[in-house]
Amino acid sequence: MQTALSIAMDAFAYGMALFIICIGLSLTMGLMRVVNLAHGAFAMIGGYIASYAARDLGLGYGFGILLAMVGTVLLAIPLERLLYRRIYDRSELSQVLMTIGITFCVIGITNYFFGPTLKTIPLPPELARPIDLGFRSIAGHRLFVIASGLVVAGGLWFLIERTGFGIHLRAAVENAPMARALGVRTEIIYAASFALAIGLAAFGGVVGAEFLPIEPYYALRYMVTFLVVVSVGGAGSIPGALAACLLLGAIDVTGRYLVPDFGNFFFYLAVILVVCTFPRGLMGRAQ
Amino acid sequence: MAEATLPRPSAHRLRPLGRDLIGLVLIALVGLAGYVLFPDNLAFLTRVISVALLVLSLDLIVGFCGIASLGQGALYGAGAYAAGIACVHGVTEPFLLILIGAAAGAVMGLLTGTVMLRAHGLPQLVLSIAIVQLLHEAANKASSITGGSDGLSGMIPAPLFGIFEFDLWGRSAYLFGLALLIVVFAALRFITRSPFGMICRGLKEDPLRISALGIFAFPVLLKMFVISGAVAGMGGALAAIATQVVGLDSISFEISANALVMLVLGGIGHLYGALIGTVILMALEHVVAAINPFHWMTLVGAVLIAIVLFAPRGLSGTLDEAARLLTRNRWGARP
Repeated sequence: MQTALSIAMDAFAYGMALFIICIGLSLTMGLMRVVNLAHGAFAMIGGYIASYAARDLGLGYGFGILLAMVGTVLLAIPLERLLYRRIYDRSELSQVLMTIGITFCVIGITNYFFGPTLKTIPLPPELARPIDLGFRSIAGHRLFVIASGLVVAGGLWFLIERTGFGIHLRAAVENAPMARALGVRTEIIYAASFALAIGLAAFGGVVGAEFLPIEPYYALRYMVTFLVVVSVGGAGSIPGALAACLLLGAIDVTGRYLVPDFGNFFFYLAVILVVCTFPRGLMGRAQ
Repeated sequence: MAEATLPRPSAHRLRPLGRDLIGLVLIALVGLAGYVLFPDNLAFLTRVISVALLVLSLDLIVGFCGIASLGQGALYGAGAYAAGIACVHGVTEPFLLILIGAAAGAVMGLLTGTVMLRAHGLPQLVLSIAIVQLLHEAANKASSITGGSDGLSGMIPAPLFGIFEFDLWGRSAYLFGLALLIVVFAALRFITRSPFGMICRGLKEDPLRISALGIFAFPVLLKMFVISGAVAGMGGALAAIATQVVGLDSISFEISANALVMLVLGGIGHLYGALIGTVILMALEHVVAAINPFHWMTLVGAVLIAIVLFAPRGLSGTLDEAARLLTRNRWGARP
């Protein structure tokens, strides 16, 4: 019982960390129709900035997260202008190739400047010690990840479904020329949602660093995981991404606890079964 | 203008055949030049040939059918492991091993094709990744058969025709591989130009129109998957025979992604492009990765970005374009 509970807690926290990173990718893929395999690279950049700020400069964890998000978005803006804008309406294969190329470049350059070692982000004492919930105690960091995930999910849902920006975004996605004719500045909408996605990636990279450690091959190592999670959930759907992250996170963590020899076997078996049963993902929209 | 666009019957019939012969002779000449110029690197050159078979097989699926796949390593690895396991268990005749590899690849192609064709677009890509990762873990786990992460070793192929041994310098392996490549390439030229190949191209360009002609896409695409699996399996079997080791890397996401990069560099939907891309990228890797693997990654990344931006049809497509521009004046202004 004790094991089952701790597995469940770990799986839940891991799924939430996955969700924070992947929801940005889900938005770019579902709403902007860009297969951005470099999403993990932005999470990694966020992790590096936070590690540099919190460990080398001695700023706090919160400052690290803030700097990571702002810095990564600032780095991503020129990329969006120069590279991404040219592949918005190209084929999936072009998008996959260009973003794999960006990932490779980021990995090579990161390693050149920061070296091949693992980077840690020191946790503040409040998050590092266990927190008593009454019936059992849980690592404070896990609780923080779970809370952040819930806040991100709720906030995004509110932003997309309930605000003016969300209405403009959905209009631009549904029919860009018509939205433009009605006076929606689609370019700005796209740029803003791209920045939002990148900011979330950086946030997730920092928050999830305990589960997915920051190192130069991070972007490549988890690229497949992120892509798979999003496509299982159905690109563009927040509940879908949440369900997929929790489901696959649970399967992955449970598999690793109970039969560690099998590695990712059960994870990918589940992916094949889900994609075969739901070719558009758990809650994907019709294309 | 009008007579320029009319087909010239005699030339139309002869030219492709003549061009194919010239192409095959060129491949043979380049291969033999490699044999003469780099006698110390024949093991590496044999690896290039085996990967070239993998990239050709990927071109059949991506270039001719329009199915994006990042899991072609599943077919290659199936061939490699089948040939390796057969060899360890006493089947040592090289030609038979290649056939075993081809059969295993074809069966794997049938299986992966059946699964992958259930989805379209991105989920299809994800399925291909999931399949190759699943097989990777399975091969790792079944270490009593596959050797697990240590790799499968201890295979000693019999001499070719009972005379030419697979020696330390890899001379027979290289020439054997070159001959295999030429035979496969000729067969693929024939297949891609046959009515079946044309239907595949049609399905890539305009699936709706092809189905309106009364053609059911699934069996056609599945057939191409089987052919592709046979070609990739032969590549894997060749690698197993030449290096006498089969590692887990032969059935990985990395080798699949590399194959796609090579194909895109050379030019999708172009069999010569597959060869050009393989040779250029593997030669570059041989030189640059020896200095620093991270520089290699940066370089490949930059090359990929540049290709998507400036040469979406790859090197061979760009060469074609240049050739068309140069010869346009002679044939009259063609669209």
